[in-house]
Amino acid sequence: MGDHVSTKGGTAATTDYLLEARGITKMFGDLAANDDVTLKLAPGEIHALLGENGAGKSTLVKIIYGSLQPTAGSLHWLGQEVSIANPAAARNLGIGMVFQHFSLFEALNVVENIALALPKDTDIKDLSQKISDVSKEYGLPLEPTALVADLSVGERQRIEIVRCLLQEPRLLIMDEPTAVLTPQEADQLFLTLERLAKEGCAVLYISHRLDEVKRLCHDATILRMGKVVGQVDPQKETAASLARLMVGADVHAINANREHKPGETLLKLNRLSQDADGPFGVSLVDINLDVKAGEVVAIAGVAGNGQSELFDAISGERTSGTAGAVQIDARDSGLDTITQRRRNGAGFVPEERLGHGAVPGLSLSENIVLTRHSDDAGLSKSGFINRESAIAINERITRDYDVRKGKPDPEARSLSGGNLQKFVVGRELDRKPKVLVINQPTWGVDAGAAALIRQAMIDLALAGSAVLVISQDLDEIFEIADRIAVISRGQLSEAFPAGDLTLEKIGLLMAGAHEKKNPDATGTNEKVSA
Amino acid sequence: MKLVLEKRSEHSEFMTLMSPLLAIALTVLTGAIIFAVQGLNPFEALYVYFIEPLTSMWSLEEVFVKAAPLILIGAGLSVCYMANVWNIGAEGQLTMGAIVGSIVPIVFTSWQSPLALVAMITLGALGGALYAAIPAFLKNRFNANEILTSLMMVYIAQLFLDWVVRGPWKDPKGFNFPQSIAFEGWQLLPTLGDGRVHIGIILAVIVVAILTVLMSRTLKGFEILVIGNSPRAGRFAGFSRKKVVWFCLLLSGGLAGIAGIGEVAGPSGQLQPTISPGYGFTAIIVAFLGRLNPIGVLFAGVMLAITYIGGEAAQIDLGVSDKTAQVFQGILLFFILACDTLILYRIKMLGSTKQQSVAAE
Repeated sequence: MGDHVSTKGGTAATTDYLLEARGITKMFGDLAANDDVTLKLAPGEIHALLGENGAGKSTLVKIIYGSLQPTAGSLHWLGQEVSIANPAAARNLGIGMVFQHFSLFEALNVVENIALALPKDTDIKDLSQKISDVSKEYGLPLEPTALVADLSVGERQRIEIVRCLLQEPRLLIMDEPTAVLTPQEADQLFLTLERLAKEGCAVLYISHRLDEVKRLCHDATILRMGKVVGQVDPQKETAASLARLMVGADVHAINANREHKPGETLLKLNRLSQDADGPFGVSLVDINLDVKAGEVVAIAGVAGNGQSELFDAISGERTSGTAGAVQIDARDSGLDTITQRRRNGAGFVPEERLGHGAVPGLSLSENIVLTRHSDDAGLSKSGFINRESAIAINERITRDYDVRKGKPDPEARSLSGGNLQKFVVGRELDRKPKVLVINQPTWGVDAGAAALIRQAMIDLALAGSAVLVISQDLDEIFEIADRIAVISRGQLSEAFPAGDLTLEKIGLLMAGAHEKKNPDATGTNEKVSA
Repeated sequence: MKLVLEKRSEHSEFMTLMSPLLAIALTVLTGAIIFAVQGLNPFEALYVYFIEPLTSMWSLEEVFVKAAPLILIGAGLSVCYMANVWNIGAEGQLTMGAIVGSIVPIVFTSWQSPLALVAMITLGALGGALYAAIPAFLKNRFNANEILTSLMMVYIAQLFLDWVVRGPWKDPKGFNFPQSIAFEGWQLLPTLGDGRVHIGIILAVIVVAILTVLMSRTLKGFEILVIGNSPRAGRFAGFSRKKVVWFCLLLSGGLAGIAGIGEVAGPSGQLQPTISPGYGFTAIIVAFLGRLNPIGVLFAGVMLAITYIGGEAAQIDLGVSDKTAQVFQGILLFFILACDTLILYRIKMLGSTKQQSVAAE
């Protein structure tokens, strides 16, 4: 796998393609964010760039847009090799980009915002007229004098698009454009993009929403772990086959390498429901799950479907519902604080290392105290902290879990992501918790550290603990999990034995196949978030 | 050539110590320029300001009299600011502490025992703490910004004091001056040496010692540090941000209250419409100059006390405005905050090669 569909750079330059990226490699330290990536875009084509989080989509796009320089490889514009030094150079070539996060000033109106991106001598009156013309022509209704603060997300995106269109781009890059749109706004956007394509403009469309890609795109390049793993015609593929390409066809859907005899249930979620915390949160709806001694259970799902909410509810950082909703080691813990849950034998590793799992400005030994101040008798006595004991624990953890650091007790922020993750995981494993809940255990971690962390989780389960892993990485899940459940829009599927699951089935679950449209009306008052 | 700030991987211990010294040096330099512009000899002026207060016994004593409230308040504020709780209203808490503590000498004038003094100090602390409890409640309940609420409450406290000394608590034999009766005997702080210095400075040193242990050795201090650094990690550690808000505001309010009763039972010996030359605000500078570290606050309190004395001396000797001292304090805070940037960042010069690639845009 990982080989390229296209021919290598030796072929004669043709002008059939608007943009060719040949053998692009981008290294960040030891990590290859892009590894010999080749991409070809023809005029008038809507080309999808597909991949999971961290597959290297953003890196590739940033190279094309000039905000990053490749370590190796070349870009060719209309058959001619070009070096794109910065975004201004990209715009001069005719490349426009609409970012996921808009760069608009809320206190200014539409024309003023657009004028900011144009040369200083632009006439505002002319511009106003041009904006009206372009927005009418492409079906992007926009009032030039409207204040940005008053506009919806969809309208704000239109400003960004119009801003690109005014420069008459030949290639328009859209980064996850529908992530923030309502279905109706998305439909409107598709019409605009189709119209642009008809006029000969190429569109590079980044997404992981497979149905959209199937509907809109003529061609798709699929990235996985920095490599091109396929170039396909999305119209001829099914959502399931695209998903398999995205998550990797080489995944063994069996976890046969170890046997376990599950013991008693150590972590039980019993009709756990929780309202969303604020407008961007996800509600948890009637979640049931058992994790038994000696097994690793994984929760798969696309980011933002309630994973961090579920983690907070199990850890007790946000308590709600009833005492029985979360049971740790046969004790009703739903109303316990996180400290009480730790005393009861649970350990937690959150997704964010810096600022959640560890305090950036404190030393590692102080960060030991962070989660272990109340359950290790040696660390605090009648309100006083024993720093020597913290330093000793830190030495043990950094040795056992191979945490590489420049000095004996550095600040957490000075460690690399992988080393800090080993520290944060090691800090909990060192306590030999009966229940370990871990969110995205190897997110942004190099392969060596990831292997160490995965092995440590399996070892913990073999020693008789219950391990719950929340992860977006299906490779990882199949590597370590005995049973797999899928979370989608705050609803958790049944946990299936890993051997019984295929990628297609997981893909369907990720898309919400198990969701109840109307959560049953018996008692609990869940709300499904939109 | 272009200067950029580059983030350090860790905070710099060296710059943590150097930043306040650098700030003082820059303040002195700026002060010299200001004096020179006013047509004064800058060397003479700086001497009057910063050295002369240390040359006579009288002014040295006066430095300690003024340092005591600055250290008491500054130490409390440094704990507050460590937790990212921005109590700006210590001046109001000082005023309320003075008023509540004065209940003993004004209402129970005949109670003459050491216990009366203990009661005054306790009530002073209580008055300041309860007054600081209002912004704490508003912050925890409504997420109201404590910077605004605590600051606005300063003016309420000051107007209340003004009313009290012109109304109910006015000395009946005071020829209609807006002031209370003069406190006497055990209702005044005992003094040291020949009269001006009172035990407030000893109290301040004890408080510094206790807060040093609190912040460096105890779980409570650790909790304050974590919540201030990273509230999300604090929640993960099982610490409550709301409790920390309560603790910090009650502590710093209480200490400001003690400073307040210390002023009226010490140097002034009675309630007057104005009881503090802005100690509650100057203590903010003390806290920062002292690196939000109680021991550092001890030195910073003495340093800022010197600017008060120097300001008075300069007014007499050089004929400059009494506001000059405040200008100095403001400039000092400005430079400390600016220099603190260097703790987490270093200044780097970008050479001309980078410049060209930027210009190519």
